Amino acid sequence: MSAVPAVPPPVSAEAPAGPAPAGAVAAAGSTASLSLLLVPPRARTGWQLVPARVLAMCIVELQKLRHDRTELYTRAVQPALWLLIFGETFNRIHAIPTGSVPYLDFLAPGIIAQSAMFIAIFYGIQIIWERDAGVLTKLLVTPTPRFALVTGKAFAAGVKSVIQALVVIVFAAILGVGMTWNPLKLLGVVLVVVLGGAFFSCLSVTIAGIVLTRDRLMGIGQAITMPLFFSSSALYPVSIMPGWLQAVSKANPLSYQVDALRGLLLGSPAHLGTDIAVLALAAVLGISAASALLGRLAK
Amino acid sequence: MTVRLPENPPTDEAAAEGAAAAVRCSGLEYAFGATRAVDNLDLTVRTGEVFGLLGPNGAGKTTAIRAITTLLPVPAGMVTVFGHDTARDRMAVRRLLGYVPQQLSADGGLTGRENVSLFARVYDVPRRERAPRVAEALEAVALTEAADRLAGTYSGGMIRRLELAQALVSAPRLLILDEPTIGLDPIARTSVWDRIDEIRQATGMTVLVTTHYMDEAEQYCDRVALMHRGRIRALGTPEQLKADLAGELEAPTLEDVFRHHAGQGLHGGSSADSSDGEDFRDVRRTRRTATRVG
Ligand SMILES: Nc1ncnc2c1ncn2[C@@H]1O[C@H](COP(=O)(O)OP(=O)(O)OP(=O)(O)O)[C@@H](O)[C@H]1O
Ligand SMILES: [Mg+2]
Repeated sequence: MSAVPAVPPPVSAEAPAGPAPAGAVAAAGSTASLSLLLVPPRARTGWQLVPARVLAMCIVELQKLRHDRTELYTRAVQPALWLLIFGETFNRIHAIPTGSVPYLDFLAPGIIAQSAMFIAIFYGIQIIWERDAGVLTKLLVTPTPRFALVTGKAFAAGVKSVIQALVVIVFAAILGVGMTWNPLKLLGVVLVVVLGGAFFSCLSVTIAGIVLTRDRLMGIGQAITMPLFFSSSALYPVSIMPGWLQAVSKANPLSYQVDALRGLLLGSPAHLGTDIAVLALAAVLGISAASALLGRLAK
Repeated sequence: MTVRLPENPPTDEAAAEGAAAAVRCSGLEYAFGATRAVDNLDLTVRTGEVFGLLGPNGAGKTTAIRAITTLLPVPAGMVTVFGHDTARDRMAVRRLLGYVPQQLSADGGLTGRENVSLFARVYDVPRRERAPRVAEALEAVALTEAADRLAGTYSGGMIRRLELAQALVSAPRLLILDEPTIGLDPIARTSVWDRIDEIRQATGMTVLVTTHYMDEAEQYCDRVALMHRGRIRALGTPEQLKADLAGELEAPTLEDVFRHHAGQGLHGGSSADSSDGEDFRDVRRTRRTATRVG
């Protein structure tokens, strides 16, 4: 199982420099209107600033996905295999006690959370990529406080996670998993996935701020995704875990995300309030830590 | 070529030192570990001028610029931009700046228009004005036709012009360009400079630029500073700097000035005197190449 990031290559200094188009020279003497470029825009201040930056970052993420959906498709392969092979097999042999819920149904929210987590964890690699390409540097010189930039990137990762989650939900529905189509509950799913995506992406930006290079972050990302996955309640109920693993699971935000998703999608008993509170707190802590370390990436 | 005498331009340093200065560095220092990249730098860029920062590789030009753009943290009192201290008033400084870094950088996964739109958004251009403003910025750098192609398909010269559009969309009062023509062919270079010139004439903005091309510095900069080992070694109009060297060389070019101030050991250490003669022979020998350029 590998989770290799498919980051669109930003333009770097190695870009081939072709000849300038003829139009560039011919237009040199043009009298293009510059009237709008004479007046600086009025600055947003106060509470409006952060939502505006978050929106800007999310829009960029969606624009990128519109131009290149490869990552979405390649990343859908792994969750599909989990559901199709692991899910169907264990569904048949009844090895994991999941009460009245078929194992495949039990597994689906876990796989949704897992694939959303993978995409978020590797978002830090995209940020290092942007740093290396000089794109991040330019954003850091705009009137965007660091925590606003990190919050924006965190939510952009959340948006990406949501799209990934939707792909998996549709696939699970095709396999016959009985899930809710209640729009309010689906909105809850979006909230839970965004919060989880924000936390895991900030976790990886924080690690990026410590290790500073893409290769090291790749290694650490690979090393932590599986332990996070296996120590959560994604594959099996917490009750059948050994005591020490139950303790680890309690400290793992992915468990709370899985619990909330099961409650929302399957209607199984869940602690929605606690889950969302824990995920929100984790996201806030992640954003704070990543903002504090972002400066190290800029130097 | 004839030696041009100094024209005694108005040296109202007092006026430039006032609040009207676009950039003022006083005693700016920045070190990376043991490397003192910028070492007690004093520099004033006057409002409305095109100021060229020259100097050999590693002189500290980029580091100085990154301190001015608030990218590198420096203590209060070292750098002001239009009177705003970069340490105390970071957001205000950023709103006045347009910055094109040394490295070619645009998001290859977005179109040219989307790249510029992002900058319009983060500078709070209101929604109604965004599309026409972005279109105007793209038009100003002659990228209208390529605007809806992915920036990943752009040539080096096009990326530079795209970056210029990104920097201009917020109507900055100070445009900071770190080697804007690096790696560009002569036509693309002229094209970038023509754009800068047009926009500057229309907007009256101040430009702080670094370059390794002496011909560009001579042609486009009102004043230049020669930086070496983290400090300013010479400052003035290109004519002044050449005239200052007229006693030692018959027809000094800006490249001679560069060699004179940045040449090994000349002003760097105590062994300067012994190596003078040798360095000047070096200057004469390379002057022929220089005249071809300048
Ligand atoms: N991130 C960094 N970490 C460590 N040292 C650095 C860093 N950036 C610059 N330096 C060092 O600081 C000094 C000045 O570098 P700087 O990039 O400012 O020079 P420059 O004048 O812009 O050179 P060039 O013309 O090659 O762009 C050099 O000795 C360089 O090695
Ligand atoms: Mg440099």
